[in-house]
Amino acid sequence: MIRCENLRKSFRRTQVLHGIDLDVARGDRIALVGSNGAGKTTLIRCLLGEYTHDGEVVLNGMSPRSNRFEVLRRIGFVPQLPPPLKMTVAQLIDFTAGICDCDPAAMSRVAEQLGLDVSAFGRRPFVKLSGGEKQKLLIGIALGRETDLLIMDEPAANLDPMARQVFFGLLADRLDKVSMLISSHRLDEVASLVNRVVELDRGRVVLDDHVDNRTDMAGLLACRIDLTAPNPAFAKAVAHWNFNADASGVAWTGTVAGPDRLRFLGMLSRYAASLSAIEMKES
Amino acid sequence: MPESSAPIDESDDRTDRTRKAHDTMRQLVQLARADIGESLRARWFLLYTIVFGGVMVGLFISGLTESRIMGFTGLSRLLVTYLQITMAILPIFMLITTVRSVVGDREAGVFEYILALPVGIGAWYWGKLAGRFLVVFFPVIAAMMLAVAYGAVKGVAIPWVDVIYYSGLLASLAWCFLGIGMLISTLSRSTDVAQAAAFITWLVLLLFLDLILLGALIKEGLPAETAIAISLANPMQSFRTAAMLLFDPQLVLLGPAAYVILDNFGRTGYLVWAMTYPIVIGAGTASLGFWIFKRGDYS
Repeated sequence: MIRCENLRKSFRRTQVLHGIDLDVARGDRIALVGSNGAGKTTLIRCLLGEYTHDGEVVLNGMSPRSNRFEVLRRIGFVPQLPPPLKMTVAQLIDFTAGICDCDPAAMSRVAEQLGLDVSAFGRRPFVKLSGGEKQKLLIGIALGRETDLLIMDEPAANLDPMARQVFFGLLADRLDKVSMLISSHRLDEVASLVNRVVELDRGRVVLDDHVDNRTDMAGLLACRIDLTAPNPAFAKAVAHWNFNADASGVAWTGTVAGPDRLRFLGMLSRYAASLSAIEMKES
Repeated sequence: MPESSAPIDESDDRTDRTRKAHDTMRQLVQLARADIGESLRARWFLLYTIVFGGVMVGLFISGLTESRIMGFTGLSRLLVTYLQITMAILPIFMLITTVRSVVGDREAGVFEYILALPVGIGAWYWGKLAGRFLVVFFPVIAAMMLAVAYGAVKGVAIPWVDVIYYSGLLASLAWCFLGIGMLISTLSRSTDVAQAAAFITWLVLLLFLDLILLGALIKEGLPAETAIAISLANPMQSFRTAAMLLFDPQLVLLGPAAYVILDNFGRTGYLVWAMTYPIVIGAGTASLGFWIFKRGDYS
């Protein structure tokens, strides 16, 4: 589906990509990880045909530079930084649906599934939405049309746990039909979404490996956390995950989306000294 | 059968080409509309509209329609003054707002997102240009139409030929600087550089107006023909001279240079030149900008 052969990209005298070789097959869900400056965004922009480059980039047998329309109409893209567009939410949906020649209602539906009330926000300028609302709308636009490939740059970074859970479910629905390239600084953010990890470091692929992806992307984990004593900082952190405490404030219960388990455990690790018991059961 | 397959292929090709052209035009209109929407919500557009509306209101308040110069009074006098003021502010407004928004959009990631959608680069570039042209030309022409409406209400004779010609001249000047602005935007990688380049471009053209640097050059012994050639090549000067020519057919205000212009062009010839030359410059620079943009990094 995607083939990069000796892909090199320089900005003036600075070489950012040093001969990337990458093959992505249909059904691959790739975590593209690496620190700042590793070349993730540059690689994505080369795949989207936005950058000139040396070497070869081919998507579905076509160059994204010379066959923009044919290539890009099958790609859904969610950027890391939402563009500061002044058009309203309704106009943005109509505009992108018009450009992509698809049904705007399908985009609105996905955004609403993620928790964005499109009818209420319709007249609000996109730029005035919160970070999470922007992300929900951009995901709605990307997932609300027929695509073969989803390219997403930190797509779940600004989503609340509920929206993340819906997002994982939406991706789960598309596992068989769509390939995914998900860029992130941290593997734990996206590990559960992917079946392959590609790590970039200073413009080179330093790791290309498969990931155990037995996690049910649409599944939920029923959790119970017991503390040694009430902890206000923990209460604040776990409230973000929509957990509830008993009257004593030491026993907390709630649910975590299957793919979010690593991220949740990461959060718990900060309070390791206060924990007396952890229980996580697939429900 | 091979005999019959060729015409069918040809017809398919034609249908495909027609469909592609239709898609491109549809996208161009969508992108132009999107750019118009974005501009109408931007602060610069509000300021821009206030400036041109304010100039016109200011001219009314100052009682310019009642004053007389070289036999000119009423609406003609007001329009000539409006044109002279527009010549000073329209180019710099066009340049600064165009380069700020285009390069600013690139820096802010708007290009990254929009150009990841299945849009043709040509449809995007020319759609943006068309949308921007309509947005920047509207307040200028609206202010002029306000004057015409005011004149009609007051029962003043409306010089329709002048109004139409002035509208054409303004459109030509706006297009010219829009094209230059797009070229600068394409060449610049940051808003600061683009703004500085836009300002320097405007300053150079301003300095080469007959009043300033050309006067000094002639004083230093520059051949008159060279000075006039420089003037003719300067779209701001050609606009200024053409505006002057409408109320001063002998170009008395211009001095000896008038002979060269009138002998070589004639009145009508010069008016045609002043209208078409900036359009050619605008189209040429915009096309060059597109050519460069298409071959470079988009975001």
